[in-house]
Amino acid sequence: MKRREFVQSTTGAAALGLAASVGVFPTTASAQTAWNKAAFEAKSLVEVVKALGGTEAATENKDVILSAPEIAENGNVVRLGAQSAIAGTTWLGLVVEKNPAALTAGFDVMAGTEANMSTNVKMGQSTNVYALAKVGDKYFYAVKEVKVTLGGCGG
Amino acid sequence: MSDPMRIRAAATGDKVTVRVLVSHEMETGLRKDAAGKVVPALYIQTISAVYNSKTVMSSQWGPAVSKNPFIQFIFSGGKAGDKIAVTWVDNTGDKRTDEATIS
Repeated sequence: MKRREFVQSTTGAAALGLAASVGVFPTTASAQTAWNKAAFEAKSLVEVVKALGGTEAATENKDVILSAPEIAENGNVVRLGAQSAIAGTTWLGLVVEKNPAALTAGFDVMAGTEANMSTNVKMGQSTNVYALAKVGDKYFYAVKEVKVTLGGCGG
Repeated sequence: MSDPMRIRAAATGDKVTVRVLVSHEMETGLRKDAAGKVVPALYIQTISAVYNSKTVMSSQWGPAVSKNPFIQFIFSGGKAGDKIAVTWVDNTGDKRTDEATIS
């Protein structure tokens, strides 16, 4: 009985500790695993960059590569890839402009990991898609318009 | 508890390409069910991969990542036969870790 009480109390404490560390992480620590709420609620590329702590607007750069389809038949599953050939890239993101929340995914680039990721996203309608790369404290992007024939946000 | 992830990790030379297919609903919190009620948001917020006790991938996701998400990444320094572990945590605090052997 005592042992059981001990186990229950420690697991409870561990869960609380975890919740606290997830919730109160400062946004500047987003380079590691913390989830940046403000960035994921931003509505446009400019707002995303601002929420991530960028001081100036992102500029277009041909060394950032976005792989996206011209036409997405099913907006529920659109394969997007982001790549950066700029040395010192520390973060990659995928931004879908007209989605309810623009930032879709962020990806930390650490030593030994290539600045190359791809994932599937949902798209509500035809819009511009950006691959965003963070180099030092500057942001660079590549853009492409993706036409969606069937939206992927419920309905 | 959710279903296991499907993880494929293939080494070519020094580089390891990892593909992960996660089994997760990824509800945006914007969709309504047949009765017109909003389906509560349920989506993965962070996903990370650990190789040899070193984090090789860490990613933050919003609700717009597709249902049953896919992610692909490449890291160097991996060897065939070693294990890679992938962990996700969703917005309700639910989490899951799965392991795969690099081939």
